[in-house]
Amino acid sequence: MKHEARIRVGPIGFRVGSAWPGPVAALNALYDGYPTPRDDIPDFTVRLEPERPWRRWVRPSIAIRGDYVLPEASPLALAHGLLAAELGMNLQMALGQRRYLLLHASSVERDGRALLMTGESGAGKSTLAALLGERGWRLMGDEFALIDPATGLVWAFPRAISLKNQAIDVMASGLPQARFGPVLSGTPKGTIRHLRPDARAIAEMDAPARPALLLFPRYGFAEALRGVGAAEVFVRLTQASTNYVALGESGFNALRNLVEAIPACAIDYPDTASAVSLVERLWAELDG
Amino acid sequence: MRNAALLVRALADPSAIIGLDAADWTALVAIARAESLIGSLAWRLEALAVPDAVAAILADARRSAAQAQTQALWEGEMARRALAPLGIPVVLLKGTAYAAAGLEAARGRTIGDLDILVPRGALDQVEGALLAAGWEWVKEDPYDDLYYRRWMHELPPLIHRARDRMIDVHHTILPPTARPTPDPAALIAGSVALPTGLRILSPADMIVHSAAHLFADGDLAGGLRNLWDIDRLLRGFAAAPGFWSALADRAAHHQLQPAVARALRLARAIYATPVDADVAGPPRMADALYRRRLLARDGWGRERDKALRFAFYVRSHWLRMPPAMLARHLWTKARKSR
Repeated sequence: MKHEARIRVGPIGFRVGSAWPGPVAALNALYDGYPTPRDDIPDFTVRLEPERPWRRWVRPSIAIRGDYVLPEASPLALAHGLLAAELGMNLQMALGQRRYLLLHASSVERDGRALLMTGESGAGKSTLAALLGERGWRLMGDEFALIDPATGLVWAFPRAISLKNQAIDVMASGLPQARFGPVLSGTPKGTIRHLRPDARAIAEMDAPARPALLLFPRYGFAEALRGVGAAEVFVRLTQASTNYVALGESGFNALRNLVEAIPACAIDYPDTASAVSLVERLWAELDG
Repeated sequence: MRNAALLVRALADPSAIIGLDAADWTALVAIARAESLIGSLAWRLEALAVPDAVAAILADARRSAAQAQTQALWEGEMARRALAPLGIPVVLLKGTAYAAAGLEAARGRTIGDLDILVPRGALDQVEGALLAAGWEWVKEDPYDDLYYRRWMHELPPLIHRARDRMIDVHHTILPPTARPTPDPAALIAGSVALPTGLRILSPADMIVHSAAHLFADGDLAGGLRNLWDIDRLLRGFAAAPGFWSALADRAAHHQLQPAVARALRLARAIYATPVDADVAGPPRMADALYRRRLLARDGWGRERDKALRFAFYVRSHWLRMPPAMLARHLWTKARKSR
């Protein structure tokens, strides 16, 4: 294709081709400092192409295609090209990833051990991971956690953090503007702005971690804590995984080992400050 | 310009990958995925030294195909249990048949829907038994439903409520409106029982069905994969005494001699498949067009040669139904899509 970006995020290499220069320029700017795919051979190809041939010029409209395609995916406006590239990469992972058990979860690391956070969209797992990433933790990823079925380790997948609506303002203060992508307003998910993880998250992206704690955060409620039983954790994680069924027995074993190995806890929080202190407290209790 | 020739060379002769650079590998992986041949490629290249990044991609593809086969075989078993009380022959078709019989064609092959062939007279019973066992209709649209029942060689697709897997129940291998009229009773009579009680087509009929599917029915979408099936099947069957003459007989009996001959010629041209020259027949002018259509894909996995693809698409409908019926069908479809 005419325009092309190649980036590696953790163990996964991507090639993103585009019929327009804009999406690729935005992607390269946002992923400044990321490595290229191993052996220069990407795991997945994403194509951003006109939905119909004339849509390259007339009311340009981006169809998200690639190695794996969702036929019903709706096209995006050219102004949202960066989002299209991000969705394209997500789609390849969700539909095509078979090396790792893919959990829809954010993850941060400290002392070689990982904290996983999962929950429904809007529960705050992404924002919470981003906050912790600026407060001494290493951000491993805000979207997908990659569990290696062979070792049980979680691999980092530190894509740009997708901040939505109010979360944009929460994060914008105190961070350099250069780490932010453009403000994308009026997307199907509201206003979105991407944030590049800090330098350490990128420099150490090849270091996996041992899962140590699983949280189910929920934003917008009075502070509360609840233990979650293994059966509930298991079922909730099957729902949070995009490839649990496709992996068959190895997916089942990976998930069972994870659930048996680490404690899990549901936390409600009214604001970010209380969330951070709650997380620190629970983390400290792990060793207690 | 890279095209699917890269893929078919690597499949036919794995040593052709020696000397590929990163751009070639990138294209090869994208094309193999687009043609649903990444699993087959992964098995063909299993013993060869490839770059680490490629080795990881191919290992994933092998695992993925193995899991897909486990699922497909289980789905076949579920259908067997649902239909066993009817006491009718149930013949597995395509991917599930290859996997159930342990044929080389199944290695790394993706398997989507479960395809079975049953006697036409038993269709109502089969439909009832599947509905009772948890399968449901996919298409609720009355036009589509009626279209299938009146003009197609299969029931409207059913999907299993809990397992989310589709089953296509065939009563013959081509739509009744198509010009060739295969003999489904002969397909069933010649079929071979597996230890499970499920059946598969005889070797010659398997080739005939695959060729019918490739040329007399579809628009060549997925054609390289179908042709790879034919290559693998022929290489496995050719050693049996009398296979080629049986193939010629069955092709003629099912009125599919031209499709089978063309399948053989194209397999030979694309995958260097050893074929019987008499059954393959003399080369035809159109063979080159078919070959070009089958290889029309670029290094990004995109379809190329849009005009040629469209011509084959129109042809597929032309083959499937008489002109007046085609006009009526396309008119109805166009009005509904607005």
